[in-house]
Amino acid sequence: MTAPSSQPGAEAVRVQTGGARRRRPARSEGAAAERRLGWLLCAPAAVVMVAVTGYPILYSVWLSLQRYDLRFPDDREFVGLANYGTVLSNEFWWNAFFVTMLITVVSVAIEFVLGFGLALVMHRTLVGRGLVRTSALIPYGIVTVVAAFSWRYAWTPGTGYLANLFTPEQAPLTDRASALAIIILAEVWKTTPFMALLLMAGLALVPEDLLKAAAVDGAGAWQRFVSVMLPVMKPAILVALLFRTLDAFRIFDNIFILTGGANDTSSVSMLTYTNLIQGLNLGIGSTLSVLIFITVAIIAFLFVKLFGAAAPGSTQEGAR
Amino acid sequence: MAAFGEVTTGRKWRWGLLDAAVIAFALFPVLWIVSLSFKTPATIADGNFIPREWTLENYQNIFETALFTRSLINSIGIALISTAIAVVLGMMAAYAVARLDFPGKRALIGVSLLIAMFPQISLVTPLFELWRDLRLFDTWPGLILPYITFALPLAIYTQSAFFRQIPWDLEKAAKMDGATQAQAFRRVIAPLAAPGVVTTAILVFIFCWNDFLFAVSLTSTEASRTAPVALSFFTGDSQFEDPTGSISAAAVVITIPIIIFVLLFQRRIVSGLTSGAVKG
Repeated sequence: MTAPSSQPGAEAVRVQTGGARRRRPARSEGAAAERRLGWLLCAPAAVVMVAVTGYPILYSVWLSLQRYDLRFPDDREFVGLANYGTVLSNEFWWNAFFVTMLITVVSVAIEFVLGFGLALVMHRTLVGRGLVRTSALIPYGIVTVVAAFSWRYAWTPGTGYLANLFTPEQAPLTDRASALAIIILAEVWKTTPFMALLLMAGLALVPEDLLKAAAVDGAGAWQRFVSVMLPVMKPAILVALLFRTLDAFRIFDNIFILTGGANDTSSVSMLTYTNLIQGLNLGIGSTLSVLIFITVAIIAFLFVKLFGAAAPGSTQEGAR
Repeated sequence: MAAFGEVTTGRKWRWGLLDAAVIAFALFPVLWIVSLSFKTPATIADGNFIPREWTLENYQNIFETALFTRSLINSIGIALISTAIAVVLGMMAAYAVARLDFPGKRALIGVSLLIAMFPQISLVTPLFELWRDLRLFDTWPGLILPYITFALPLAIYTQSAFFRQIPWDLEKAAKMDGATQAQAFRRVIAPLAAPGVVTTAILVFIFCWNDFLFAVSLTSTEASRTAPVALSFFTGDSQFEDPTGSISAAAVVITIPIIIFVLLFQRRIVSGLTSGAVKG
């Protein structure tokens, strides 16, 4: 976990100028007081965040190096990297990894396209803008488990409107391919509005004049979209894609309710849960936890590398 | 692009149809579960979108058992306490981030960003073990602590975005007019900050209300099981009874607070989500 380090020199300069502008004439005493107050105010939040994430993740690394099954507590023993070998050579892990990746890539891709469309609708619509925005927020706010039950019943023969309509002969949730498609549908339904809202905020940053100028110069709608809107929106797009990708990678609730992980539809989170709560195997559970953590770190790193310096947080300093 | 053209009736109709499609897609699953919750056991499997026979039986059933009412109390209590603490701690940090210069500020922002992206399942295994040692397993604090942790980045980002928009010179002006520091803050700044705080509280509450992973892994009895988890374990009064109606009714009940928030605070939820995430 590397946090961006602060540069002492730059800070000092800013304290001087910033202090003079906003507070009292620059005094080193004032800057010291400001620094103390800043630390004091941030301390409680920082302590909670680090204590509840930092320590457990280190503890998790330690547990992952042990054979530790709560059903056989006497067999607890340090086994080095053996758990990693067990997990990485196991088809359950690779299947769950593949399922998670598939759901993440497909659902984020669909959400991005739909979300962009929805953002344009919410941004530009001529009638009932408030109504559209309000109803788009409902999937965001609704409890995932509730939505998942609704989709489950909708696709169960008998109780299901959709199942009766589209697949009257089968039970789509018991077949792997169609179950995965329904999981993706549930995920897309739930989170497209979130994507759309972030993109809508990005749309608001696109200067109307620039679009008009491009239109006057003869750029068509598609050209305006690609060469004016997309570049201006790049930071908003990065934030939306990064957050949604990592969020989709955590998928759990939907799968738990829709299939319970049956027929090879477990995600990595679901697999960890099963090993922990049903298997009570802390060693393997921790190994899975650490592997998921590493995967997420790699995904985040790749995103920031690919998109360059437009990472969230890097624009922080100028925005005061 | 619509903004450039004339507003014609045809154009209005097209937008209207598009809007209607969006609204239908957004509301479909909600309406489906509402419909199921009002159906009688005999008609629940008829697949009709509008119930043939309406009944309130499902709602009576879920409130008769302690199973659901108890979990509802847990959900409300845990979400309210987590929200209050996360908003206050987040407010303090956000004020510092928005207004003060101090070394370590970027580190704080970096850490909260990392936590916002953290795979929550990675914490479940160690917390399961730690909470058992610390006797926090299956207790309210055992859920409140992780909720605060994951709500804090949201609380800090959203509130600092709001705080940045406050014209802080007003505080100085009030003091020049003879107000004390406390008066200036209470009379001038607090009212300006209030909308941001309310917005953050709603977002954090929705987040806590929504959680399933922590609640299903770190609780085991009625003592702290939250409503979404209770819902997922519903089996009906006897094993021969189909729980569909009860689950649907319970699902509608836990959806009501969210619908109320969305209807009342639509603008604030939108501005909170977008300012927190994009303006950073």
